[in-house]
Amino acid sequence: MNWLVNNLDLVLELSLQHVRLAVLPIVLGFALSLPIGWLAWRFRFSRGLVLTVIGLLYTIPSLALFVLLPPALGISFLSELNVTIALTVYAVALMTRSVTEGLAAVGPSVRVAATAMGYSTWGRFWRVEFPLAGPVMLAGLRVVAVSTVSLVTVGVFVGVRSLGYLFTDGLQRGIVLEIVTGIVMTVVIALLLDLVLVVLGRILMPWQRLFAPSATVRRLQTARPAA
Amino acid sequence: MNLFVDALAWLFSLDRLIGGNSIPQRVLEHAGYTVLSLIVSAVIAIPVGFAIGHFRRGREVTVALSGAARALPSLGLLTVLALMLGLGAAPAVAVIVFVVLGTPSVLAGAYSGIESVDPATVKAARAMGMTEWQVLWKVEVPLGLPLLVGGLRSAALQIVATATLAAYIGLGGLGSYIFTAIPLRQYDVMLGGAILIMVLAIVIDALFAGLGRLVTPRGVRHRRRESERSLALSARPARGTTL
Amino acid sequence: MIEFRSVSKEFDDGTVAVDDISLVIPARRVTVLVGSSGSGKTTLLQMINRMVEPTSGTIEIDGENIAGIAPVPLRRRIGYVIQNSGLLPHRTIIDNVATVLYLEGVRKPQAHERALELLSTVGLDHALATRYPSQLSGGQQQRVGVARALAVNPNILLMDEPFGAVDPIVRAELQQELLRLQRELAKTIVFVTHDIDEAFLLGDNVVILGEGAKIAQQGSPSELLANPATEFVASFIGADRGRRELTIRRVNGRSVVIDGTGRPAGVLAETDGPAS
Repeated sequence: MNWLVNNLDLVLELSLQHVRLAVLPIVLGFALSLPIGWLAWRFRFSRGLVLTVIGLLYTIPSLALFVLLPPALGISFLSELNVTIALTVYAVALMTRSVTEGLAAVGPSVRVAATAMGYSTWGRFWRVEFPLAGPVMLAGLRVVAVSTVSLVTVGVFVGVRSLGYLFTDGLQRGIVLEIVTGIVMTVVIALLLDLVLVVLGRILMPWQRLFAPSATVRRLQTARPAA
Repeated sequence: MNLFVDALAWLFSLDRLIGGNSIPQRVLEHAGYTVLSLIVSAVIAIPVGFAIGHFRRGREVTVALSGAARALPSLGLLTVLALMLGLGAAPAVAVIVFVVLGTPSVLAGAYSGIESVDPATVKAARAMGMTEWQVLWKVEVPLGLPLLVGGLRSAALQIVATATLAAYIGLGGLGSYIFTAIPLRQYDVMLGGAILIMVLAIVIDALFAGLGRLVTPRGVRHRRRESERSLALSARPARGTTL
Repeated sequence: MIEFRSVSKEFDDGTVAVDDISLVIPARRVTVLVGSSGSGKTTLLQMINRMVEPTSGTIEIDGENIAGIAPVPLRRRIGYVIQNSGLLPHRTIIDNVATVLYLEGVRKPQAHERALELLSTVGLDHALATRYPSQLSGGQQQRVGVARALAVNPNILLMDEPFGAVDPIVRAELQQELLRLQRELAKTIVFVTHDIDEAFLLGDNVVILGEGAKIAQQGSPSELLANPATEFVASFIGADRGRRELTIRRVNGRSVVIDGTGRPAGVLAETDGPAS
């Protein structure tokens, strides 16, 4: 207990730092995956290509991406930007599939009806297809959020401080409590972000409470990210 | 580009083929941890998943547990277990962490496979006089197999990427190239190690893709391809990010 | 009035859905396009609001070539009702009905007022206004679909098998409701169905389509029944199997109507005095 009492400031500082490092890639990843997912959904020829490239992104271990981005982009090895970019890449990789699946899950009769009522292509996307893809996209975004929070910890190996620092430092100094504190805080942050997303979903998609979640949504809810 | 050439030069140097730090040795370690962890995950998750899918009970609890488990950082789990059990138990520690990582995906694949079977088909099977056991093994399992394989596939990919961390507690594997190269800033070695892990992941992914095709009953193969065309590969369970 | 002039449609994959059709759809009447699946009837319907572009030929609405009207504004002034209602699941009933009004820039209070009016028109309780589509029965959803199509008071209403997905009892109810509405509103309705009985019930003018939307015969239901032009038409309307030939037989003092196959089709309604 001593360690915790003496290091409350450190834990707080690292937690805030952790949140900051996690939120930006989640937001960026979501924003970037929208046009990419839309392209993959809209044009059959681009679908195979986009989803294949994204499948390949998955196979890069995050640690490898952390260490390889600096020389590739010419940024500092210890730069936070490095971790932000790497995590954004993963967020896009995870999220694009959800965007594509969400758009594909919009019923054809709704689409026909919207066109017949005189929505322009642009208007139909934002007013009809995008909101209706919402539940599937939200399920995907929740996975992205939780996995990003987890992955931030790996940044410690390239010197980017986060709660991951408590893991390596705890192991070196042999303090179990330090590592456990890191785990608990990581989980708490993940669950808090998840809660924020769920609440946002409730507010933005009030109709959603009336349905049982679709098969796609349920599948995403049970998926689990690594790290 | 230069870096890439250096990495290839490193990869294809004859030195990589000999000694305790040789590529074949590291690939074997990496693949070994992956396969062993996947088998343990499967042994735990498949029977439980089948039971949940068949009896349509306990899904909510499982979803909640998987949700909580997925928030656990693997690195944290790895370090705390290594510290508590000692580095002597490192192999066991690694397997535990990877099993925690892989089990939820396999579980989801197992029960969503069974649940994906048309209830009318199951009802018809019962009406024909099949016992519950026969319903499970002759109807639900064969029809649910593609989704189960999808779950195993996504678990395998998560484990193979996360197994990089095994090197951090001295267990070798392909991650050891990256971990030893970081303090020395040997980018060619880091990239070489990363490429090896990616290739291993792609090979495993391809194996499971082939297996998935093999286990899809012929009668539903056509239908699946049709729906895949319209639904963009939604037949496989969503993957998590890899470490 | 809607006029098709030598209209053809060949899809990218080479299927000829519509092959050189010329057709006049009279104003303020119900015209039913009836044919089996693959007869191109939906394609024909969707060419009227430019959801499908003809490969050749022209379509005119009241003498104006629709190729000269941008699709989006054109669609906003034509009502469209489809099977399964196509309601937007993320919007409440009242917002669904008001959708086109919003698109046209009508302010929310006015749009809601009009939407409530329309709910009454189609016989729905205002209490349903704040519900979501998934909370309504199939029949109710279909009524909302009709209300939505009427929102901007269009002259033309396109209906694509609107009652195809509801059970027979509800369908009969909706059909009667549509007839009532049409007596009040007198729209130009183009109605697509594969059910010949529905066509005869609703249509002032029935167009029987063969493959490639070839017009097999066109006329009022009684004209078609009296003189089927070809064997195809006769078989389509069931005349060849005797379904349409009715005879009267006295049973227990009442007149039972028997069809050509010997199956009782109904009882003759006898109003004043003895049956003539």
